[in-house]
Amino acid sequence: MCQVGEDYGEQVPVGPPPPPLQSREQKCVKCQEGVPVVVIRAGDAFCRDCFKAYYVHKFRAVLGKNRIIFPGEKVLLAWSGGLSSSSMLWQVLEGLSRSSAKQLRFMPGVVYVDEGAACGRSPEDRAETLAEVRSILQSAGLPWYSVSLEKVFSLPQSVLRYFSQEPATGKSTYKEAVDGFIRQQQGLGTQGTEDSPSPNPGEEQLSWHGPQDAQSLAEPPTAAQTEAVSRLFHSVRTLTAKEELLHTFRTHLILHVARTHGYSKVMTGDSCTRLAIKLLTNLALGRGAFLAWDTGFADERHGDVVVVRPMREHTLKEVAFYNHLFAVPTVVTPTLDTKAPEKASIHRLMETFVLRLQAQFPSTVSTVYRTSEKLIKAPRAGRATSPSRPRCLLCLCTLDVDSEDSATAFGAQTTIAPSRRQPPTPQAQAEEPPVTCCSPGCGAGSAEREDLRASVIEQLCYGCRVNTKDLPSLEPLPPYVLTEAQLRGHRARVTQEIQEFLMEDSEDEVDTA
Amino acid sequence: MPAPPCAVCHAARAALRRPRSGQALCGPCFCAAFEAEVLHTVLAGSLLPPGAVVAVGASGGKDSTVLAHVLRELAPRLGISLQLVAVDEGIGGYRDAALAAVRRQAARWELPLTVVAYADLFGGWTMDAVARSTAGSGRSRACCTFCGVLRRRALEEGARLVRATHIVTGHNADDMAETVLMNFLRGDTGRLARGGGLGSPGEGGALPRCRPLQLASQKEVVLYAHFRRLDYFSEECVYAPEAFRAHARDLLKSLEAARPSVVLDLVHSAEHLALAPTAQPPPPGACTRCGALASRSLCQACALLDGLDRGRPRLAIGKGRRGLDEGAPRARAQPPPAAVLPDF
Repeated sequence: MCQVGEDYGEQVPVGPPPPPLQSREQKCVKCQEGVPVVVIRAGDAFCRDCFKAYYVHKFRAVLGKNRIIFPGEKVLLAWSGGLSSSSMLWQVLEGLSRSSAKQLRFMPGVVYVDEGAACGRSPEDRAETLAEVRSILQSAGLPWYSVSLEKVFSLPQSVLRYFSQEPATGKSTYKEAVDGFIRQQQGLGTQGTEDSPSPNPGEEQLSWHGPQDAQSLAEPPTAAQTEAVSRLFHSVRTLTAKEELLHTFRTHLILHVARTHGYSKVMTGDSCTRLAIKLLTNLALGRGAFLAWDTGFADERHGDVVVVRPMREHTLKEVAFYNHLFAVPTVVTPTLDTKAPEKASIHRLMETFVLRLQAQFPSTVSTVYRTSEKLIKAPRAGRATSPSRPRCLLCLCTLDVDSEDSATAFGAQTTIAPSRRQPPTPQAQAEEPPVTCCSPGCGAGSAEREDLRASVIEQLCYGCRVNTKDLPSLEPLPPYVLTEAQLRGHRARVTQEIQEFLMEDSEDEVDTA
Repeated sequence: MPAPPCAVCHAARAALRRPRSGQALCGPCFCAAFEAEVLHTVLAGSLLPPGAVVAVGASGGKDSTVLAHVLRELAPRLGISLQLVAVDEGIGGYRDAALAAVRRQAARWELPLTVVAYADLFGGWTMDAVARSTAGSGRSRACCTFCGVLRRRALEEGARLVRATHIVTGHNADDMAETVLMNFLRGDTGRLARGGGLGSPGEGGALPRCRPLQLASQKEVVLYAHFRRLDYFSEECVYAPEAFRAHARDLLKSLEAARPSVVLDLVHSAEHLALAPTAQPPPPGACTRCGALASRSLCQACALLDGLDRGRPRLAIGKGRRGLDEGAPRARAQPPPAAVLPDF
């Protein structure tokens, strides 16, 4: 999501070493007359106008192909100030200003998350960045919201819940919605809007002007909150887990802003290159089951708010050139991994690996990206998962953990000294904490702390469990996470108590047979 | 600082810290735990039923050595009998030494050993001959592409020779993690969809195959070999440096430095990847030429050999398989080149 500090040093831009000599006679491959300014793919030189047309078309084609954003719908653009999300913001602004028939018809707003506290930036630096952010967003003229990371300490528990939406909308309903919108705009009739599943297009007009809503969430964080964030992030042992934690919080904040202001879509600026890196990173983080959600075009894991990734067909190189040629304003902010060594985290390692391989084999990114399109959002066949399976407390994906003691990677890590585990009574297994949870003598806390950890851990997916191992204590986590964990744990215990009286469909037996 | 006592028996001094859990253990306790875990994998995954005749693919390297040793320890409890099957790829200066290691193991553990050679199975083609044949094609020689496919076939033949019911190979967790990374980098959706399990149940007449060490990391395999004082061959194959796998291996090594559990995390990911039905390979059929399991009309081994015989070794590699007269009997069987050279 965050493209700040993108490392695209490997990608050699215009005029690769071979023959720069022809450049004077060379013409744009598209229009055959313009002076080429940028070489995107091997040998294909584009002039400025054709490059722009190509770039804009790609953006609109992704939206048009997927037909997921309804006319009049409120869409929140997640903007980090980095290259890709700035380019996305710019695309939307251009699409709105155009008075042609192809004008974008959704109602955008912008959210900016100030992550300075996690990166240990001084208040002065942060204020400076915020001023820059403000000036860009004000000139953009869209409703905008600036949230600081500290606000995770006042998030409600509802952020961690799934809110189901009305059944999936097919092509026909999309067409109806478009027709309805057009008719409404022409002032011809209103009956069309009633079929429209988009949330009441009328009320958008209110929040259309100015950043008036920004105040409630944009109150400057208190020093105590900043201190709490930095204590939490300092306590995390690895940069990998810090990155993941920051990503989780950022997602929750954006989700909260979207819900409180009635946005039903969130757009993030992940480019194709970024998604290929993210795919391999998440693979290594044990999130194989969720790759389709984490990197696909639409991510419906929250139910009512869908995250979409309209920049997913643009390579980082194209983004960088577009921003350069058309002077798209960006804000450069240091992030968690700024100045971190190459081997500091799985994220950094994958990024360097992919970009380096891309320099040698130019099809690397596109191959990985195309492969990701073949992934589906369903549990793998043969992995018994009932639809009512609980969702991960942090990432909200359906839990992907196999049963303990199964012949799987998860089972192998929960199996404790199998030689000594001859009579496996259910009680004994439940009481033993997973041996991998901490090295001997790391926690050494009270039983209460261990209880808290155990109750949180069992509500997490595989990948989040691995990350949580790098948190020595879970107490510094924001209250909404801990309260929700306790609530769910309590509910699970109650359900267990009344289990014998509940009647169930016996579908699971079929699966395990 | 003296080593802490072993966390399991509390008697002996710990001799290692387990890479997986960080537990301090003494040598015997670690080996017992390792064996118990392999036993658990075999039982929980119901990989080898009692009464199975198991062909162990033995290369002389650490993985297959450890696998053979562990299974030999577990054989009475599992009720299986073991056969070592080694493949002689015909790689001068490399395979002979490795085969010597396999022979020593077989003799020490009193296990029956069968050696099958590429030269006998594939009409005279040894890996050295393949390497010579592919050397002129300009691009990388892709030796591992040939060798991997042919070895799979050779192992199957060897296992049938000794009337085995199951084949086991020594692939460990690191191998699986590399494979899933490689398959993504190559965009091999078919393999991603199929992979992830502990083996294949044996469809279309092929013998069931499994990888009992798949959940054990390479480090633990090496530690086990060390504490059991196993004698194995640890040279790298002369053709290996050209393989694409090297990229994935290097990456995995640095990932492991950043997060020790990454190997099993990747295996977990591979277990849970869900691919669209269109990306799933079609149900396998039988090769029209040799009858082995094949996803097309020619199995990959026959296709590669066909290309070699026609002097166009890259015919069956990469896209299209254009020009392969799939299905038709071998039109002109050329004598394998080079194989006659060393005779005089």
